Amino acid sequence: MTEAVLRTERLTKHFGGLAAVSDVSLGFFIDQIHAVIGPNGAGKTTLTNLVSGELASTSGHIYLDGEDITGLSADRISQRGVGRSYQKTNIFLPFTAFENCRLAAQSRLPSSMRFIRPALRYDNVSREALRALVEVGLEHRAQAPAATLSHGEQRQLEIAMTLATRPRILLLDEPLAGMGGEESARMVELLQKLKQAHAMLLVEHDMDAVFALADRLTVMVNGNVLESGTPEQIRASAAVQEAYLGTEDAHA
Amino acid sequence: MRKIRVATVVLLGCLVALALLPLVAEKYYIQLFTKMMLMAIFAMSLDLLVGYTGLVSLGHAAFFGLAGYALAFAAPQYQAANLWLSLPLAMAGSAALALVIGALVLRTSGIYFIMVTLAFAQMVFFLFHDTKIAGGADGIYVYAKPVAAIAGWEPFSLENHTHFYFVVLLLLALVYALLRVLLASPFGRVIVGIRVNEQRMRSLGYRTFRYKLACFVLSGALAGMAGYFAAAQFGFVSPDTLGWHQSGGVLMMVILGGMGTLNGAILGAFTMMLLELGFQGLPAVGEVDIGKHWQLLMGGFIVCAVLLLPHGLLGLGRLVSPRPETGSD
Repeated sequence: MTEAVLRTERLTKHFGGLAAVSDVSLGFFIDQIHAVIGPNGAGKTTLTNLVSGELASTSGHIYLDGEDITGLSADRISQRGVGRSYQKTNIFLPFTAFENCRLAAQSRLPSSMRFIRPALRYDNVSREALRALVEVGLEHRAQAPAATLSHGEQRQLEIAMTLATRPRILLLDEPLAGMGGEESARMVELLQKLKQAHAMLLVEHDMDAVFALADRLTVMVNGNVLESGTPEQIRASAAVQEAYLGTEDAHA
Repeated sequence: MRKIRVATVVLLGCLVALALLPLVAEKYYIQLFTKMMLMAIFAMSLDLLVGYTGLVSLGHAAFFGLAGYALAFAAPQYQAANLWLSLPLAMAGSAALALVIGALVLRTSGIYFIMVTLAFAQMVFFLFHDTKIAGGADGIYVYAKPVAAIAGWEPFSLENHTHFYFVVLLLLALVYALLRVLLASPFGRVIVGIRVNEQRMRSLGYRTFRYKLACFVLSGALAGMAGYFAAAQFGFVSPDTLGWHQSGGVLMMVILGGMGTLNGAILGAFTMMLLELGFQGLPAVGEVDIGKHWQLLMGGFIVCAVLLLPHGLLGLGRLVSPRPETGSD
């Protein structure tokens, strides 16, 4: 396999005496959806926050394209090509769907310390924003204020904003949370399309979706990696059966 | 077909009315309106912080007052300062102070931000109040208004109150236009994004601190412009111009008019100053001199306005002609 886009090495985060994430070493590759699953409190979101720079790790390293990005701030990590979406929808509610994506795309200008020319006249930025909306299938809602979008549409918008920053790796924290059947199916389709050009860390509770999508699965329990492998290996693992799948067999 | 917005018509109407005012008004009113327009510039500069970027500063008078002192220093004794030199100098001084204060206070947010901006402004206040650098608590006179001479040619004279009025009107229009352009620019979109969701801005790759600091400095410089002309008009600078009363007053103007609209800041400034005058002029009822206790009435008015008009006085206009949220403003 080619080199990992992103790699964590013995990544650890302590909150006081609690090890929320400990010794996690994982790799993320283009054209591979790497799903991280585990019960609540397993450290999945904390892991995402460590990689995106929103939390500082206690020890360990993060490498992006082989370069150590440990300890960089969230904005710098974003600029280097790590895009993330949030478990709880995190968008600009008063802005239109288009402006949400436009602002995301604008972040790729060398600087936004530009004071004269109207933002809407930066054609490349607008084009990029529209492209992201088209990619998630939200272009017909471009002029709608984000607050008026349905829950499913807001989740799509969240992904579109991430895409508008042209990331190399996507960190998606429960993109299917709270979605109906049809919306979920569309999102699954979208993620399948996106993996071709992106590495992807997918945190998800919907086991049907996870097993349908994931090329690689990591199971976390109490901050540790319990098992990591192909979906078949995970299904067959006795440890996983016991710790996780067994108790939530009917999928969450 | 492009519809002309009601707000645009009202705005142009106000501009024409202001431009015609000196034809009909007496000196007293021309000077009063000059003062009101200066406060409107001051209020707009604060609105950029409070209404657009979401930074509630309770120390904005520091930048206003410092520029006034800068003028006093630039006009020693009875000698008039040169406008073209002393104005940029005064604004640069305010901007520099904003850079220093901003670099420190912008590391905090919310209620702490309010407290630290207040604290820093009070430090500047006591610097001028308790030391002899500029007359201490007594303040300092600006005997002569700045001269606008360019190589011997004087396009206008600030000693003439009508000239002064038109200069300030021009500045008001310029600052308004400048801020409108700014708010539509990539920078403007970023600061509004910061107000709505700063954490998300960071995760999109924006170094929000830089943008907030740039905004703070610009806002300070514009406050300085207002403070410079206010000092020139009044002919006197005292520590009160940098005090928290002044900071609170301008903040109330912004809130009263309607935050994050610029129009609201102007409306708020005009309303508060006219009300102050109106309340002060009220006749005595029996033994009670109402005019002397105008601040009670003002307080009551502001309480009512805040309770009944959550979007400020501009919210009244929206009741009459509601317009859909566009999202970008």
